[in-house]
Amino acid sequence: MNAGDQKDGAFEYLTTRKDELVGWARKFSLFPYPFVTACCAMEFMSVSSTMYDTDRFGAALPRFSPRQSDLLMVVGTITHKQAPVLRRVYEQMCEPKWVMAFGVCATSGGFYQNYAALQGIDKIIPVDVYIPGCPPRPESVIDGIMQLQEKIAGSSHPIVSDRF
Amino acid sequence: MTVRNTSDNLPNPVRPAFDTPSTEDGVIVNIGPSHPATHGTLQIIAELNGERVVRADVHCGYLHRGFEKECEAHTWHTLIPFVDRLNYCSALINNFAYCDAVETLMDVEITPRTRYLRTLLSEYSRIADHMTCIAASVMELGAMTAFLYLMTIRDWIYEHLADLTGARVTYSYGRIGGLAHDLPEGWLERLEEILDEYEEYIGRIHGLMDRNRIFIDRTRDVGVISTEQAVHWGFTGPILRSTGAARDLRRDTPYLAYSELDFEVPVGINGDNYDRYYVRMREMDESVHMIRQLMHMLPKGPINVDDRRCTFPEKHRVYTEIESLINHFKLVIDGPQVPAGEVYRAHEAANGELGFYLVSDGTGTPHRVHVRAPSFVHMGGLHKLLEGYQLADVVSTFGTMNMIGGECDR
Amino acid sequence: MSADLLERLRARLVDEGREAAFAHGLLAVQIPREALLDTAKLLKEGFGFDLFLDVTAVDWPDRDPRFDVVYHFYSTRDHVRVRLKTAVTGTDPVVDTLVPLFGAAAYMERECHEMLGIGFRGNDDLRPILLYEGFEGHPLRKDYPKEREQPLVRYRE
Repeated sequence: MNAGDQKDGAFEYLTTRKDELVGWARKFSLFPYPFVTACCAMEFMSVSSTMYDTDRFGAALPRFSPRQSDLLMVVGTITHKQAPVLRRVYEQMCEPKWVMAFGVCATSGGFYQNYAALQGIDKIIPVDVYIPGCPPRPESVIDGIMQLQEKIAGSSHPIVSDRF
Repeated sequence: MTVRNTSDNLPNPVRPAFDTPSTEDGVIVNIGPSHPATHGTLQIIAELNGERVVRADVHCGYLHRGFEKECEAHTWHTLIPFVDRLNYCSALINNFAYCDAVETLMDVEITPRTRYLRTLLSEYSRIADHMTCIAASVMELGAMTAFLYLMTIRDWIYEHLADLTGARVTYSYGRIGGLAHDLPEGWLERLEEILDEYEEYIGRIHGLMDRNRIFIDRTRDVGVISTEQAVHWGFTGPILRSTGAARDLRRDTPYLAYSELDFEVPVGINGDNYDRYYVRMREMDESVHMIRQLMHMLPKGPINVDDRRCTFPEKHRVYTEIESLINHFKLVIDGPQVPAGEVYRAHEAANGELGFYLVSDGTGTPHRVHVRAPSFVHMGGLHKLLEGYQLADVVSTFGTMNMIGGECDR
Repeated sequence: MSADLLERLRARLVDEGREAAFAHGLLAVQIPREALLDTAKLLKEGFGFDLFLDVTAVDWPDRDPRFDVVYHFYSTRDHVRVRLKTAVTGTDPVVDTLVPLFGAAAYMERECHEMLGIGFRGNDDLRPILLYEGFEGHPLRKDYPKEREQPLVRYRE
């Protein structure tokens, strides 16, 4: 279809396609920031190494600077002492950014219902995907990554001006 | 963008011991808690002179999740899953140390099969723990291949333990007076296969690391501590042994079946990072040697003691007899009735002396549970190993200390 | 040899008027808090208990004195353990510090201080270690509700 023929319709058609294109590119280039604190770290190590290999999903290369990463993986229990640190790391990340709550402690505090543990990281930062399990099996982590990829592919990506 | 507003008034959870440099050209830097080399839960505030660490102030507690308070709200049985998550690299050792403490207080003697099985599984866990430690510490020094080899074999161990317990990391397999269930069919055969693979893979690690110039330069004579200092700071386990002191609870105060086993206690010479690495490597070999002996010693028989104070009655009896039903109900709701008293039991965990100090007031809920966690004690003396060395050595020293957040901060 | 050492230690402590008994594989000694420093010194220098294992406290809210402060020591030469226990009141929960004798005590005393509010005379570095600055109360005391949170970050709506 020649965009020059239909001056009005072409604009919307291109916008949708652009989101899909950018979403497709972004979902395979996740740079995770592993905010690793607790037991789930053991599974995080397994997930990112040979047997399960998150490289297949384009999410293998951890970046230890929040400025360089776009996926915050909160792996393990977040305590009230840790909360300001997590919040600051989240704020330092550049848009677009996604957050994954890895394991029940990050999701809801898990079975630590007491004075020390934060009852879910969504109390202080927004979360995109929750992975249940204590700790989750690597398969559920991979499932979580795939769901996040679907979410990224299906959302709009306002990266450049509307004229594009 | 409501989030942005608060970024400047986020409170600092810790107060450093010093905030002005002691000399004019000193610089104070903060490392962690969210730093690739501090395992997410440790903060080191260091004063540097050039590249040299002059003073260090170590803060832990970023993973304090109220374990001891949580114990006081659970029965003796239901806190076993919490115990798992202390040292999550070797959850089974925690399980068995805790169960042993409660059994001592209740004056329960476990069955022979359980005794041998617990020893076997403790050693198996120790291998997984040391592997995790070595993998993490060498990866931080850039040895990605060694990391991947160790992860591969560790994953086999995890899957193998999942066959037994149903979970890969946190097993909750110990029970007061026994174990959750017996070994599944074919478990020991697979164990033998894994041990053979282990030798193959560990041989590769030895080949990659032992005489690697980069590795030696970064670990030899770095983070040195003497036996005397190590004891003064309360160090136990591989860190104390790396200084040349052959102190191992498995041999010094034998528990479980260790008195019947043939094993050596590997020690280091210098007490530096390389020795800590090598002591761990040798300890894994000893563990394999012990497991091979235990596989032949494993007797047949029941795994749970026949004691209705702590062991659950069999399911078919619960459904058919009122006494068993009441027994089951009381054990679940009230918990096992542990006689009033206090006990301290210590096991040689992968990091050192893991002690459980339990106080019972005679009910089904502990009055007080305190854990003598080796990692926490090691962090108390960590600054001694950092001061006087380069900033880059913080990474390798901290890696070989094997700080486990769950155990350190509880 | 090790049983011998403990027996000698027990006789020595009983001479000094302490209660000392064997319990579950270690020697448990009850001492008044004034005697803590001297007894610890005796253990370290006279009997070779060189490894400081542990200090913690137990809260008995209905009892007077309210707290038991509990120490564990280990001898790396003789492979035996000793438990020292001293009672302190709820109004003045202070004992002497053991940091000059054992470096390992520094962190554990900080922990015991924040968790149970036990003071350690002579230890001037009792900053929070597992908890954070600004945390009020002592969570392991029985009167601290288990679920009382003191968040540092304001929650999202």
